[in-house]
Amino acid sequence: MARAVTPAHKATVTFFAWAIGLLIFFPILWTILTSFKTEAEAIASPPSFVGFDWTLENYSTVMERSNYFLHFLNSVVISVGSTLIGLLIAIPAAWSMAFVPGKRTKDVLMWMLSTKMLPPVGVLIPIYLIFRDTGLLDTRTGLVIVLTLINLPIIVWMLYTYFKEIPVDILEAARMDGASLRAEIIYVLTPMAVPGIASTLLLNIILAWNEAFWTLNLTAAKAAPLTAFIASYSSPEGLFYAKLSAASTMAIAPILVMGWFSQKQLVRGLTFGAVK
Amino acid sequence: MVWRFENDRLLCRQTANLEEGRSKRLDREESMKFKSMLLGAVSLGVMTGLVHAETITIATVNNGDMIRMQKLTDDFTAKNPDIDVEWVTLEENVLRQRVTTDIATKGGQYDVMTIGTYEVPIWGKQGWLVSLNDLPESYDIDDLLPAIRGGLTVDGELYAAPFYGESSMVMYRTDLMEKAGLEMPEAPTWDFIAEAARAMTDKENEVYGICMRGKAGWGENVAFITAMSNSFGARWFDMDWKPQFDQPAWKDTLTFYLDLMEDAGPPGASSNGFNENLALFQTGKCGMWIDATVAASFVTNPDDSEVADKVGFALAPDKGLGKRSNWLWAWSLAIPAGTDNEAAAKKFIEWATSKEYLELVASKEGWANVPPGTRTSLYENPEYKKVPFAEMTLQSINSADPQNPTVDPVPYVGVQFVAIPEFQGLATVIGQQFSAALAGTITAEQALQSAQQIATREMTKAGYIK
Amino acid sequence: MATQHSKSAARFMISPAVLLLLGWMLIPLSLTLYFSFLRYNLLMPGTEEWAGLLNYRFFLTDPAFFDAIWNTLLLVGGVLVITVVGGVLLALLLDQPFWGQGIVRILVIAPFFVMPTVSALVWKNMFMNPVNGLFAFLAKAVGLEPFDFLAHAPLSSIILIVAWGWLPFATLILLTALQSLDSEQLEAAEMDGASWMSRFFYIMLPHLARAITVVILIQTIFLLSVFAEILVTTNGGPGTATTNLTFLVYAQSLLQFDVGAGSAGGVVAIILANIVAIFLMRMIGKNLDA
Repeated sequence: MARAVTPAHKATVTFFAWAIGLLIFFPILWTILTSFKTEAEAIASPPSFVGFDWTLENYSTVMERSNYFLHFLNSVVISVGSTLIGLLIAIPAAWSMAFVPGKRTKDVLMWMLSTKMLPPVGVLIPIYLIFRDTGLLDTRTGLVIVLTLINLPIIVWMLYTYFKEIPVDILEAARMDGASLRAEIIYVLTPMAVPGIASTLLLNIILAWNEAFWTLNLTAAKAAPLTAFIASYSSPEGLFYAKLSAASTMAIAPILVMGWFSQKQLVRGLTFGAVK
Repeated sequence: MVWRFENDRLLCRQTANLEEGRSKRLDREESMKFKSMLLGAVSLGVMTGLVHAETITIATVNNGDMIRMQKLTDDFTAKNPDIDVEWVTLEENVLRQRVTTDIATKGGQYDVMTIGTYEVPIWGKQGWLVSLNDLPESYDIDDLLPAIRGGLTVDGELYAAPFYGESSMVMYRTDLMEKAGLEMPEAPTWDFIAEAARAMTDKENEVYGICMRGKAGWGENVAFITAMSNSFGARWFDMDWKPQFDQPAWKDTLTFYLDLMEDAGPPGASSNGFNENLALFQTGKCGMWIDATVAASFVTNPDDSEVADKVGFALAPDKGLGKRSNWLWAWSLAIPAGTDNEAAAKKFIEWATSKEYLELVASKEGWANVPPGTRTSLYENPEYKKVPFAEMTLQSINSADPQNPTVDPVPYVGVQFVAIPEFQGLATVIGQQFSAALAGTITAEQALQSAQQIATREMTKAGYIK
Repeated sequence: MATQHSKSAARFMISPAVLLLLGWMLIPLSLTLYFSFLRYNLLMPGTEEWAGLLNYRFFLTDPAFFDAIWNTLLLVGGVLVITVVGGVLLALLLDQPFWGQGIVRILVIAPFFVMPTVSALVWKNMFMNPVNGLFAFLAKAVGLEPFDFLAHAPLSSIILIVAWGWLPFATLILLTALQSLDSEQLEAAEMDGASWMSRFFYIMLPHLARAITVVILIQTIFLLSVFAEILVTTNGGPGTATTNLTFLVYAQSLLQFDVGAGSAGGVVAIILANIVAIFLMRMIGKNLDA
C-alpha cells in the first residue's frame, strides 16, 4: 500500500497534472474572462488575460435582453423532472434485470440502448405533429416526457450495472428472513444503491441540461430552457464575443457549480459496470 | 424566488382586476400612472408588463434592430394595455427552422413571425399568412418603398410588413483608398474593385483589400455570389428550369471571385459570414467590404468601430451588362393564418413598422439607428438625410429588381435567391461547394460541375424537370 | 433459483420502461417509415402522393451519402481514439499522488458540463478564428502564418472540439477503474522486476479493458448523432467535408423541409446505427460477461 513516493516525483506529477488540468480547463476560463471585457477588448490583439478594465456591462445587457430566470427555471424543471421520472421508471426495471435475469435480459438491455441511436432529426416532424395534436408544444410537460424517454436507456443501463455489483447473498439473506419484495427493495437494496442512484441522477441532469435539439425545436416562449437562451446570442450582428461569453457563462455556470459540488457523488457511481 | 415570481403575477392579476373596478373613478391617465408604479414594483421579478387578457408571442431574429424593438416593447404595451407581449428571439437559422416547422404543421405557437422576402411569396401563395391590406389609413401603406413592398406582395395582397429593408453596397476605407492613390466612383465596376482591392492589400500589416462572404449557407455565400453572378450575366435556371451552372457566365463569376479572394481576401474567408466580416472591418482589417446596407450603421458607430470616421460608401459593382450585384432583402413581420390573436398581432405589426416607431427610435438612439429601408418618408426626412449612408442605401434598394433580377429572362422571382421551396436545401449544398472552392479543396470547375449535378438532381426529383 | 412469483414481479417491474421505449420507438418510427414512401414536402401541402422507393433512391445515390458515412465513421473513430488514449494517460497521471488533486480533477471534469452549442461557439470564434482567435495570435507570436482550422482541417477541428467535451467522461470512468486495481498485485510485479511498461501492458491495461469498452459504447451512442458542433462551426462544409449522416438528414428534412426524403434518410440512418450497435453489443457482451 505504502509505495514510496519521492518528493521529486510528486513535484513532477504535480506539475504535469496542473499543466494538463489548466490546459483542458482553459477554454472555459477564457470564456469567463472574456465575459468581463468590452467587445473591443475581447478581440484585441495581443489579448490580455487580467490586465483589462473589468466590466459587468455584458451581464447587464444579457439580463436586460433575455428573461434569464425563466430560461433557468425551465432548465431546472425539465432536467430535474425528467431525471426523477426516469429514475422512477428505471429503478424497478433495472432491479428486475439485475436480480431476476431471464434469457432475454441482455437483449432487452441492448435493445433499449439501441433506441438511443435513433437520429432525432429523422423523427422530428412526426413528434412535432403528435405534440401539436396533444397540445404539448412549448410546455415543460412535453419536454419532460421527451427527455425522460431519450435518457431512459442510459438510466436503466447505469442502474443495472450498479445493481449487478450488489452481492446477491445479502438479498437472499433478507429473503430468507421473510422480507417481502417491497421491503427488500426499500430496506435492503435502496440503501446500498444510493451512491449509484445519486450518480445516475447527476449524470442525467447534466445530459438533460445540455440537450439542445428537442429543447430548441419543441419550445417557443414559455418552456424554452437555457439552450434556447444561448441560441439567441450565437451570432447577432456586430461584435459579439464578449456578450456571447457572458451568456455562455450564465448558461453553463449552474450546471458547472452543481457538477463541482457533487463531483464525488458523480464519480463514485460513474462506472457503468466497468469496475469489478 | 421563483415561486414568489409566480405569486407576483397572480397578485398582479388580482390587482389588475381590482383596479379595473376602481378605474371608473380614476381617469385614464391616473390609471396609467398607477399601472406603471405597479409595473416598477413587479419588474423586480422578471416579466415586464401586466398579465392581461391577451398574450401575443412574437418570434424574431437576434439582429440589432430587432433587439432594439424588443427593448421598446414597453411603448407598445403602454399604448395597448390589454395586450401582453412574449418574445422568442433566436439566431437566424434556428429561427427560420422553428417558424417554418410551426407554420407548415399549423403548430400555432406564434402570433407574429419575423420572416424575409424569400419566405413571403412562398408562404403567401400557400395561404399561410394573414393579408395586411386592411391596415388603417394612418399606417400609410403607400409610403412603403415600392421595391420592398413588391417583394412582400402576392397577387395584390400584402402578406408582411417590412421591419427593415436592405440591399448591398460597397463599404470602403477612405484612408486606404487614398493611400492606394485611387478614387472610388459612386458606381464602380468589378474591374475597378479588383484593382483597388489588390492595391490596398498589405498582408504584412493584416490589411486585406476585400472582404466578401465565404461561409457556406444559402443566406451567406450563396446570397452574395448569386447577386454577383447576376451582374456577370449568369442565372440559376433558364425558362425551362434547367440549371445553368455549366454556362460560361457562372465560370466567369466564380473564377473572378476566387482569384480576387486569393489575392486580396483575408485568411479563413471560407468561414466568414456577415458577422465575421463585420468584425474584420470594424477592427480595420478590410479595405473594402461588400455586404448588407444595414452594416453601415455598425461600421460608422464609434462605440464599436475603430474606423468609424474613415468609411465611404458606393453602389455594388457591375460588369457593364446592365445589372448591378446588389441584392434586396426585407426582414418583415407577418401573421400566420389561424392565430387566435389576429387583431392584437395586427396592432403590434402596425406599431413596429409605423412612422411613429421610426421617430421613437430616433428620439432614443438617434436617426442613424432607425431601422432603414422601408419608408419613402424616412428618406425625405431632412434629419435622416444627414445620415451619411442614407442616400446610398436608398439608391441601392431602388436599383434592385426581384421581378427581373438577371440579364437573361428567368422563371423565378428573387435577386439573391430563387423563391421556390426547394431553394433552401439546394442552395445550402451548393454553398458548400462554393466554400470548398474558396478553401482550395476543389477547383472552380469542380464546384460548378457538382452544383450543376446537384441542382439537376433536385429539380428532377421535385418535378420541375420532366 | 428465482421463484415464479419473483419472475412475474420482475416482468411487471420492467414493463413500464419497455412499453414506454417501445412506444417512443414505434410511433415515430412507423410514421417516419410511412412518410419515407411519400412525396411529402412540408412547404407544399396537398401534394402528398405515394412515391414508392423514390426517396430512398435519391438519398442513397446522393453524392454526399458516402461522404457522410465516411465522415460519421471518422468522427466517431477519431473522438474515440483521442478520448480513450488521452483518458488512459490522464487517468494514469491523476492516479498518482500529487498536490491539489481535488482541484485538478475539477478542472479536468469541467468540459463535460459545457453545452455542445456553447463549446462549439467558443472554440470556433475565440480559438480557431484565423484572424481574431487565440490560436492565430499564438501562431503570429512565434512568427507563423495563422492556420485556418475550419477551412483546411474541418473534420479534425470538429473532432478536437467534440473530443474536448468527452475526454473528461472517459478519464473519470478510467480513473475509477484504475483506482480499483489491487495495488498489491502491482507491487508484487514490481518486486519481481517487471518494468513499468510491462506492468502497464500486462496488468493495468487488461484491468481497464472493461472500462474502455464501456467508454466506447456510451460515447458511440452519443457520437453517432453529433450535430450541434457541425451546425455551429461549418454547416457541414466546406464541400461535404464535415457532413455526417445526422447532418445530411437534417439538411433534407429541416432545410429543404422535404419530409419524405428526410424520413428516408432517417430510416437509413437508423438501420446503419443499428448495424453499428450490433457490432458494439457483441463486443461489449463478450467483455461484460467475463
